[in-house]
Amino acid sequence: MNKNKLSLILCLLAGCGGLAAGYFIPENFSIENLIIGALGAVIIVGTLLFLLLYLKDMKPTIEVFMKYRYLLSNLITRDLKVKYRRSFLGFMWSILNPLLMALVINAVFSRVFKFQVDYFIVYYLTGSLIFNFMSEATSGSLTSVIEASSLIKKVYIPKYIFPFEKCMFAFVNMLFSTVAVIVVILIVRMPVSLTALLFFYPMICVFVFSTGLSLILSSVNVFFRDIGHLYSVWTVAWMYLTPVIYPAEVIPDNLMFIMQFNPMYYYVTYFRNVVMYATVPSLNMHLMCAVFALFFLGLGIVLFKKQQDKFILYI
Amino acid sequence: MANIIELKDVSMRFNMSKERVDSIKEYLIRLAKHQLQFEEFWALKNINLSIEKGDVVGLVGLNGSGKSTTLKVISGILRPTTGTVSVSGSISPLIELGAGFDYDLSARENVFLNGSVLGFSRQTMEEKMDDIIDFAELRDFMDVAIKNYSSGMVARLGFSIATITHPDILIVDEILSVGDFLFQQKCEKRISDMMSGGTTVIIVSHSIEQIERLCNRVVWLDKGTIIMDGPANEICEIYKNEAGKAQG
Repeated sequence: MNKNKLSLILCLLAGCGGLAAGYFIPENFSIENLIIGALGAVIIVGTLLFLLLYLKDMKPTIEVFMKYRYLLSNLITRDLKVKYRRSFLGFMWSILNPLLMALVINAVFSRVFKFQVDYFIVYYLTGSLIFNFMSEATSGSLTSVIEASSLIKKVYIPKYIFPFEKCMFAFVNMLFSTVAVIVVILIVRMPVSLTALLFFYPMICVFVFSTGLSLILSSVNVFFRDIGHLYSVWTVAWMYLTPVIYPAEVIPDNLMFIMQFNPMYYYVTYFRNVVMYATVPSLNMHLMCAVFALFFLGLGIVLFKKQQDKFILYI
Repeated sequence: MANIIELKDVSMRFNMSKERVDSIKEYLIRLAKHQLQFEEFWALKNINLSIEKGDVVGLVGLNGSGKSTTLKVISGILRPTTGTVSVSGSISPLIELGAGFDYDLSARENVFLNGSVLGFSRQTMEEKMDDIIDFAELRDFMDVAIKNYSSGMVARLGFSIATITHPDILIVDEILSVGDFLFQQKCEKRISDMMSGGTTVIIVSHSIEQIERLCNRVVWLDKGTIIMDGPANEICEIYKNEAGKAQG
């Protein structure tokens, strides 16, 4: 009971902190920002505390994870090997693929549809880098537990390893694709400022977010295979709900509110802000990135932990 | 001596739904119609079992008596519905040889993969690589993808990986029947070596002679309960008589 009270107080304190921070940054000041900031802080601290309490006695969990870290790295290298087996260019495809894709999209959208975006090819690549990571990680994880059934049935392995591995694998691929982005930036001679050094923040947030979503999807998919069919449609819809291909300005104002509930909007926008537009995003932007990531991670861990003992009976 | 494995009041229930409900639509319809019925099936009922360090325990019983379920509960693959399981020490489960092999990768890569499934680092496996290859007698085939292996070769590789590190507990499920008789003898010898090294072994086998030869204690399971537990030669004698009677 005591612990719960303590965490409540800490959450409230964090809320006050968020309020204060919103108040003292004058250029962002508005009532709305204030409330969002406070709520965000409450959710972040709340989730962190909740996770700490939920995973109380973390020591065995960490020990088990350390034991299976070799498995994690082996599974990632296996996935890489299987992905590029029998291809002449091998790993180069991770860089070439986004480049070629960007050329096609660039030809279609800046020549045919005539979007007025500076450096459209970079605009597209930065958006698709973040978005494709998320979609690759989550759709890979979706079937990860089912695909690992032969292992799960025969040896004890902490089951979260499988969705987590798919997220790590997608993350490695994202790093390769980052090289493609850098190459294109150099070719089109786009000026880059020091703010680009913040690129890791949206990457980490989207990684945490995708891990949480992956845990949810992979565990639900064990019981209801419908999710798999539905999800591939949903990722397409999601991509069009996120300004990946089209410029954010074309969204009519009355539809902008949808973006507030789209975590990918924040990650993509944040990434472009620091890489392309030399601006450090607002406090709210930072908060929203972290809020979505932690909220989904918390939800994912709780759901996965509850269901994992039943997996074996359904795969 | 201290108990290395302790099962207290362990029961395992399976819900056997008559039809598999795999889609949300079906689930909701059945939920609305109150047709989500399961047939309960208790694979294990109130099992109490404690195994001391260094024991070699054989599990005998007919098909469906709960032997494999017991092994899975001990190795942590299944979590019991009720009761507690406590295991102190590392387990090397040989529930199925080559669990976790990727058939598209070469044998060498699979050694690392399978080693990590058991929790061993690349470095450890590299040190043991020569021993593994020698024991499996596959020196000429290490860089071949194992989808091209025969089933005997896969089994040999699996056995030699699982037994190369000295686990505290070795769980062997009906796998000593793999390979030719020469390899079987080699497997048995390796298991005896491990036993003399203090490894606790749990064996499931339908070959009662094998159990008699290797074990010092036998647990007889029937329909999910322990009906007899004692020294190997005694229990095996009774079991053989019983089986003889059943045959008429």
